[in-house]
Amino acid sequence: MELTVKEYKHCDVIKVNGRINTQTAPELKAALEALMENGRYKFVLDLSEVEFISTAGLRVLMSAQKTCKQLSRGEVVLAGVPERVHEALDLAGFVSLFKIEETILDAVGNF
Amino acid sequence: MPDLPATQSTSSSRTAEMSLRLPARLESIDQIIDFITVAAQQAGLDEQGIYAVQLATDEACANVIEHAYVDMEPGEIVCSCAVVAGALTVTIRDFGRAFDPECIPDPDLEACLDDRPVGGLGLYFMRSVMDEVQVISAPGQGNVVILVKRGTQHGRGV
Repeated sequence: MELTVKEYKHCDVIKVNGRINTQTAPELKAALEALMENGRYKFVLDLSEVEFISTAGLRVLMSAQKTCKQLSRGEVVLAGVPERVHEALDLAGFVSLFKIEETILDAVGNF
Repeated sequence: MPDLPATQSTSSSRTAEMSLRLPARLESIDQIIDFITVAAQQAGLDEQGIYAVQLATDEACANVIEHAYVDMEPGEIVCSCAVVAGALTVTIRDFGRAFDPECIPDPDLEACLDDRPVGGLGLYFMRSVMDEVQVISAPGQGNVVILVKRGTQHGRGV
């Protein structure tokens, strides 16, 4: 898994490449927590290059969404979600808990 | 794919069994996933079936690493694959703390964000994507999780 973080004025775009599994999810968790510790709570997660996500990855998304939405200070918006990732989100009942946008531009437009 | 310390035995012309024994650490997961992926390909599963086996195996290994050996010296994971024409059985065994799957509630998929626990989806995912999931646990003897995926479209795909 590879992460690329781009900080913009109103939000951060985090692009994830590869597999988010039990082995790699802690790296995504650490990256998001580092941003949140710096007071950043508006995230676009670009999942267009994600090949696989397990519940370890879903836990990271859920935990970040809970933290970001506290005090209405932000949220996690998902973009470019591949079919298999969307199926996992659907299976987990996450589709109603996240805004899911087709493109990064649409996602950034939420902030 | 790296060289795997796997053992292979063929008990009949239709069945091949292979096993892999590794430390129960996060770093072992990629090797286990490679191992079961090759087995799933040998079983002739389609892409969706292979993905399902990868997902369920990741969840089973996560349970071992995060729960079975928690608060104790990490032991081993033994992953075995049995390929019978058109079907794959993956067995994940540990020697840690036994857990009772009956004590794990089904997740509430309708709850709002505030009421959602962060975890608790692993067993539900395994059951959703595989054709059969069996958990055998005994205090002092660890846990055995048996995952079966057949070539035809039975389990729900992810």
